[in-house]
Amino acid sequence: MPPPEPASTTLDGLTREAARLGAGGAAPAAAFNALPLTDAEGEVARQMQICNACRYCEGSCAVFPAMTRRLEFGKADVHYLANLCHNCGACLHACQYAPPHEFGINVPKAMAVVRAQTYSDYAFPQALGALYRHNGLLVSLAIAGGLALFLALAVALKGGLWHEPLAGNFYAVFPHNLMVVMFGSVFGFAMLALGIGVTRFWRNVSPGEVPEGGNAPAAAEAVHNALKLKYLDGGHGEGCHNEDDRFNTTRRLYHHFTFYGFMLCFASTSVATIYHYAFGLQAPYAYTSLPVILGTLGGIGLLVGPVGLWRLKTQRHPMHGDSAQNPMDYGFLALLFLVSLTGLLLMVLRNTGAMGLLLAVHLGVVMALFVTLPYGKFAHGIFRSAALLKWAIERRLPSRLRLGSD
Amino acid sequence: MVDVLVIGGGNAALCAALMAREAGASVLLLEASPREWRGGNSIHTRNLRCMHDEPQDVLTEAYPEEEYWQDLLKVTGGITDEKLARLAIRHSSTCRPWMIKHGVRFQNSLSGTLHLSRTNAFFLGGGKALVNAYFRSAEKLGVEIRYDTKVDRIELVNGEFRAAYVGDQRIEAKACVVSSGGFESNREWLREAWGQHEGEWVADNFLIRGTRYNTGVLLKQMLEAGADKIGDPAQCHAVAIDARAPLYDGGICTRVDCVSLGIVVNRDGRRFYDEGEDFWPKRYAIWGRLVAFQPGQIAYSIIDAKAVGRFMPPVFPGEKANDLPTLARQVGLDPDDFMKTVNEYNAACKVGTFDHSVLDDCHTEGLTPAKTHWALPLDTPPFYAYALRPGITFTYLGVKIDENASVQFGGVPSRNLFAAGEVSAGNVLGKGYLAGIGVTIGTAFGRIAGAAAAHAALAPANSKPEGALSAAA
Repeated sequence: MPPPEPASTTLDGLTREAARLGAGGAAPAAAFNALPLTDAEGEVARQMQICNACRYCEGSCAVFPAMTRRLEFGKADVHYLANLCHNCGACLHACQYAPPHEFGINVPKAMAVVRAQTYSDYAFPQALGALYRHNGLLVSLAIAGGLALFLALAVALKGGLWHEPLAGNFYAVFPHNLMVVMFGSVFGFAMLALGIGVTRFWRNVSPGEVPEGGNAPAAAEAVHNALKLKYLDGGHGEGCHNEDDRFNTTRRLYHHFTFYGFMLCFASTSVATIYHYAFGLQAPYAYTSLPVILGTLGGIGLLVGPVGLWRLKTQRHPMHGDSAQNPMDYGFLALLFLVSLTGLLLMVLRNTGAMGLLLAVHLGVVMALFVTLPYGKFAHGIFRSAALLKWAIERRLPSRLRLGSD
Repeated sequence: MVDVLVIGGGNAALCAALMAREAGASVLLLEASPREWRGGNSIHTRNLRCMHDEPQDVLTEAYPEEEYWQDLLKVTGGITDEKLARLAIRHSSTCRPWMIKHGVRFQNSLSGTLHLSRTNAFFLGGGKALVNAYFRSAEKLGVEIRYDTKVDRIELVNGEFRAAYVGDQRIEAKACVVSSGGFESNREWLREAWGQHEGEWVADNFLIRGTRYNTGVLLKQMLEAGADKIGDPAQCHAVAIDARAPLYDGGICTRVDCVSLGIVVNRDGRRFYDEGEDFWPKRYAIWGRLVAFQPGQIAYSIIDAKAVGRFMPPVFPGEKANDLPTLARQVGLDPDDFMKTVNEYNAACKVGTFDHSVLDDCHTEGLTPAKTHWALPLDTPPFYAYALRPGITFTYLGVKIDENASVQFGGVPSRNLFAAGEVSAGNVLGKGYLAGIGVTIGTAFGRIAGAAAAHAALAPANSKPEGALSAAA
C-alpha cells in the first residue's frame, strides 16, 4: 500500500500539485535544467528514462535512488547523476537491457562520457576546458616542459647538473623562496581553477533546500562516502567489476593506496612547511623525521596504487566505461607514479652527486602534476565529492513524487 | 557418460545444475542462447515470493504458509496442486541461505514496491545478477556449460531418458532435467493456442516480454511422447504493456500503470472495462487478457495532467496534446467516437475525495462499464495517451510432475527425467499470477529436480530418492 497522500483532494488542488510533481519541484537552477541537452546528455536522459521504469539496480549505488526522485532528466540532473556514478559496472553486468538488447543500456559508459564533458564545461578559465579532450598530449607536454624548465634552471643556477655531494641540501640547487613562489603560485592557481569550476557545478545542481537537522549530517555522510569509496562496494560490500561479472575489491584497494598516498605526501609537505616557517627547521630532514616518514609512506602508496589501477584498467571489460578517456586516466596515473618514484629516488640519493639532477627531474614532474591538476583526472575527485554531498542532502529531503506502487 | 544433463540456462536449470553438482554428480548444462542472452526469462525477474514466520533481512513482518497458500488459491481459482504448491511454499522459507551461498544478494524492496516488502525478497541487481551469480558458481564447481546449444529432441524409452540430440550429436546422460521454458516465443503455437476471435488471430499481435529462445520444443516433444499434460495452452502471464515495446525481451519496464488514473478505450474509441476496479497487482494480471480480446488487440490508456507524477514512470513518453480531439487524431482514433466516450465519462464522474492509496469514493454513475474508483474527469491539459498491447511473460501449459519433479507418463513418474521451471510451473500455477511466484516455483523444483536427478544417476537402482529430497528441503 502506498503511503497516504496529502490533503489536496480538490480538482484544483490536484491540478496544481500535478504540475509541481511533473516539474520535479522548483529547483533554484530550473532554468539551467531546462537547457537543451548535448548528445551525450541526451543519451543519459534516454537511459535514465528506461532505468526509472525498471529500478532493479536501486541497491547498487546512489545513482538509482537519486534517479527515482525524478520523472524527467534535465541538464542539471544529468550532470549531477553523471558525477555521482563511480563507474563500478554493477548496473552494466546486471542489466537486462544491456547490449545486444535493442535498448542498449550502458549506464557506466553514458555517465562517463558526460562526466568528461562536465569537467570541460565547468573548467576555469573556460577556454582551457578543451585541454581535457587532449589530456594525454597535455600531460606529455607538461612533463616535457617541467623537466626542461628545471633542468635549464639547474644549469643556469649551478652551472651544471652534476655536483659534489651537498648532504641533501636542496636549497643549494634551487633556493627555497624560488621554489615557494613557483609551486605556490601554480598550486594556488590549480586550486582556484578547480574551486571556481566546482562552485559553478554546485550552483547548477544544488538541492537549494536544507534538510531538517541542517546540512552537517549530510556533509559528514558525504565525506565518509568519499573517503571510504562507499559506492565502489557494489551495494553488498563485495566490490566492483573489472574484467567480467565477478565482483572484487581490488579497484577500491588500489584507489585507496593512491588517494591516501597522495594525502600522506600532501601531509608531509604541510608538516615540512610548518617545520620551516614555525620552527625554523630546514630541509633536509632525517629519515626518522615526520615529513620523511609521511612522504615515504605516501610515496609507497603512490607507487602501488597507480600501478594497480593501471593494470586493472588494461583488463577492464571493453563495454565498461568510456575508453576515449584512457589517455587522461593513464596520464594521471603515470604522473602520480613518476612523482613518487622520483621523490623516493631523490630521498635515497640525496647525499650523492646526482641530487641536483634528481631534484630537477622530481620538481619538473611535480610541476607537470600541478599544472595539469585542474585539467585532468584529478577533477573527478572534486566533482564526485560535490555530487556525493548533493545526494546526502537530497536523500534527507522528502521526495516530491507521489507515485502509486506497482 | 555425464551423470546429469540439464537442458536450459535459467533459474530453474541453474538451481538443478548446482544441486546435482553439490550431490557429487558430473553435470553438463546446455543453454540454447549465446552467452550474452543466457538465463532465459530469469534475467527479467526481480524477486521471489517467500514464506517466513518472522521478519528477515529484507522481508518485513511475517508471511505464513497458510496465507501464502490462500493467496495462491485465490489467484489460481483452485487450478493448482496443493501438495506441490505447499512444497514450493515451504521451500521458499529455507532456500535463501543456499541462494546466498551461490552468490545471490538481496536488497530491500524497490521504491514503488512497498507493498511487496513483506512477501517478496528482491535480488540486488535483479534477475540477471542472480543468473550471473549462479553461472559463476556453476563454473567454479565444475559444471560444464555449453552456450548456443539448442537441444532438438530427447530420446525416451518407456518414459526413461536416454540421450539428447543437438543436431546430429547424441549426448547421453544417466539423468536429465528439462528446464527449457514454456512456449511463449513460439508464434505458431501461440496462434494455435489462442485461436481466432471475431475473425482475428489474437496471438499475432502479442508482444513477448521475455526471451526469444522459449519455443517449447522439448515441452511439445515430451507431451507427444506421452508425458502427462497439465494446464491450458491459452493460460499465461499476460499484462498490458506499451505497444512500442520490443517484440522480445521488453521485460518489466514496458508495463504501463496509469490505467487506473484515466480511461482505457479500444480501437473504436470505446471503454470496455472498469479501470478503477482494483489495485495494481490485480490490474497487472488482467489487462493483458482484456486487451487481447479487443479488436486489433490494441487499447489506449488516456490520462490528463492530474495523473502526472502519480504512477510509475513509463519507459516511453506518452503521446501528448493540449486538447483531446487532437490527442485522438495523434494516436489514430476517430475523434468524434472518442469524444463521445470522454464526454459521457466526464459527465458520469461523481468526484468525492480522491485518494489513490485506497479504493476511494470517486466513481461514475449511470455509465457502462462503470469506473468504480479514482474516477476524475479528463479535463486538465496536457493530455497523454499510451497505446497498449498484450505482453506475454510465460505460458502455463506444462508436463505433470510429482514431488520429486519427475515427469509423469500415464501417472507413473519417470525414473530419470525431471522437469522444473516454466515447463512444469503449471502444476502449481494453473491460472492468474502472484508476484514472485514464478521464481519461487523455479527455485523449489529446480533444486528438487537437481537433487533427484543426481540421486537417479548415482544411487543404486530401485532406491528411493528420499535423501535427495531432504537435501533439497
